[in-house]
Amino acid sequence: MSLRGTRRATKQSQNFWEIASGKVRPRNDMVKTMTTNPILTVKDLNVVFPDSNGGLHALEDISFEVCPRDFICFLGPSGSGKTTLLRILAGLLKPTNGEVNFIGNQHPGVGMVFQQPNLMPWRSVMDNIKLPLELEGISETDARIKAQEMIELVGLRGFEDSWPRELSGGMAQRVGIARALIHDPDLLLLDEPFGSLDAITRERMWMELSRIWQAKQKTVIMVTHSINESLFLADRVLVLTQRPGKIKFDLKVDLPRPRNDDIRYTPHFGKLARKLRETIE
Amino acid sequence: MKPSLSRWLGLISILLGILAWDVIVRVSDLPKFILPSPADVWMRMLKSLADGSLLLHTGYTLIEILLGLLFGVCFATIIGYMLAKSRSLEKILSPYLVASQAIPIVAVAPLLVLWFGSGITSKVLICALIVFFPVLVNTVVGVRAVPPVLYDLMNSVRATRWQILLKLELPASLPVLLGGLRIGATLSVIGAIVGELVDAQIGLGFLLKVGDFQYDTSMVFVAVFMLVSLALMLYGIVTLLEKRFLKWQNRLDV
Ligand SMILES: Nc1ncnc2c1ncn2[C@@H]1O[C@H](COP(=O)(O)OP(=O)(O)OP(=O)(O)O)[C@@H](O)[C@H]1O
Ligand SMILES: [Mg+2]
Repeated sequence: MSLRGTRRATKQSQNFWEIASGKVRPRNDMVKTMTTNPILTVKDLNVVFPDSNGGLHALEDISFEVCPRDFICFLGPSGSGKTTLLRILAGLLKPTNGEVNFIGNQHPGVGMVFQQPNLMPWRSVMDNIKLPLELEGISETDARIKAQEMIELVGLRGFEDSWPRELSGGMAQRVGIARALIHDPDLLLLDEPFGSLDAITRERMWMELSRIWQAKQKTVIMVTHSINESLFLADRVLVLTQRPGKIKFDLKVDLPRPRNDDIRYTPHFGKLARKLRETIE
Repeated sequence: MKPSLSRWLGLISILLGILAWDVIVRVSDLPKFILPSPADVWMRMLKSLADGSLLLHTGYTLIEILLGLLFGVCFATIIGYMLAKSRSLEKILSPYLVASQAIPIVAVAPLLVLWFGSGITSKVLICALIVFFPVLVNTVVGVRAVPPVLYDLMNSVRATRWQILLKLELPASLPVLLGGLRIGATLSVIGAIVGELVDAQIGLGFLLKVGDFQYDTSMVFVAVFMLVSLALMLYGIVTLLEKRFLKWQNRLDV
């Protein structure tokens, strides 16, 4: 897992996709599951944080596979290790034991949305959003054009030059989302990205995220507290137990796509939601 | 209060101070070599400006101060950064750093002049030494205070070590760094003068000594005013830097 060389990383990510999808882009879900190998395999993952009484077991024996273009949601109570899991997948933390393997042993380009907006207070909205492009060495003008597109996408036009301290919580979080998407990463890791948004904006962001995910062939791993959100967005919902986090339930969400608002009122949606609620309680 | 009025308040206060000084001189009727009047000092200043000596001495001291600041700040930020990054290095160096703070600079100054001569080198060293510690401490504090989640952000997009330094650690610790520079800037003036008072042939400290020696008290006053102006100027420059680079902090006082 190499952590340096952005130029090399982009090149790698092309290989990554060629390997992952066998160069032929799948036509529909059926073909997809037949022709693709997992791009990410997590096996017997354990995380123990050192502490005064023998270590804090945050994650226990986590195993799962992710195929290209999968949208996976992790659902779990507070303290079940969801953020820890995402940090491991992003390569920010080494597991105590167990394996995290990406296809071809190459870490894909990652876009991460953190639980808090995590903006740099000394950068304007525009400059925060274009940070990943800056780090890749993309020219200032190109970066600005791309950042402007992202600003429109998350509905922050007119706030380009605002400082983070001048934004509401929801607006700041949208800046974080725009920043995670701007460099077109192969793997999106979202840590309760919509937690601080109002209901209407949140649902608009769901639609946008579905659209981006479908248009750009991304693999998404998302953490959420909301059953509705996970069912609306995901192909698969994995439920984690209270600490130590273990996978308690693996639900395939076989709702048709593209999904719109109405789907939440169908009987099948209700049935899946009930299943999830029962396992969580 | 209106900002225009509060701006004038400072000037009014200075004028009142000078007025009070003048009144004291007139009422107490002290001899000129004990307490010169504002007019005496003003005349003395014009005279030393005219013969070029004032600018020469001030310029020399300013160069010492600037060089001392430069070296002191550079070393302090580099070592401070390393200390912030390495707990073991901190453990190794901290006894020396704390000890160095316990020794007053006036005690070390004669030693440095003895070792490095009465020229500019010893003064620059004294300046650098006095600036070193506050800047070092602020660097350590500033770098340690960078939020860990921002490191996560930088690492998640594969930032290099160098990029993390330039785009995260430097701007994040800049407020504290500039705070250290602000303290260092005023201290450096003291450092230069302490060095010059020990032994020098040129500089404001030298002027002070000569004025004192010759009972030219007006000259002493002029030298002191020049010192205060230098300190204020450096302080002002740091404040300008803060306004320029920290405008994201608070819009009200820009
Ligand atoms: N760096 C760390 N050092 C020590 N303990 C940690 C660290 N990070 C997380 N933990 C512990 O691991 C457990 C899981 O934390 P984590 O942040 O992954 O939970 P979470 O599922 O994201 O919770 P929430 O829904 O509240 O965000 C917690 O008990 C936390 O105290
Ligand atoms: Mg969390």
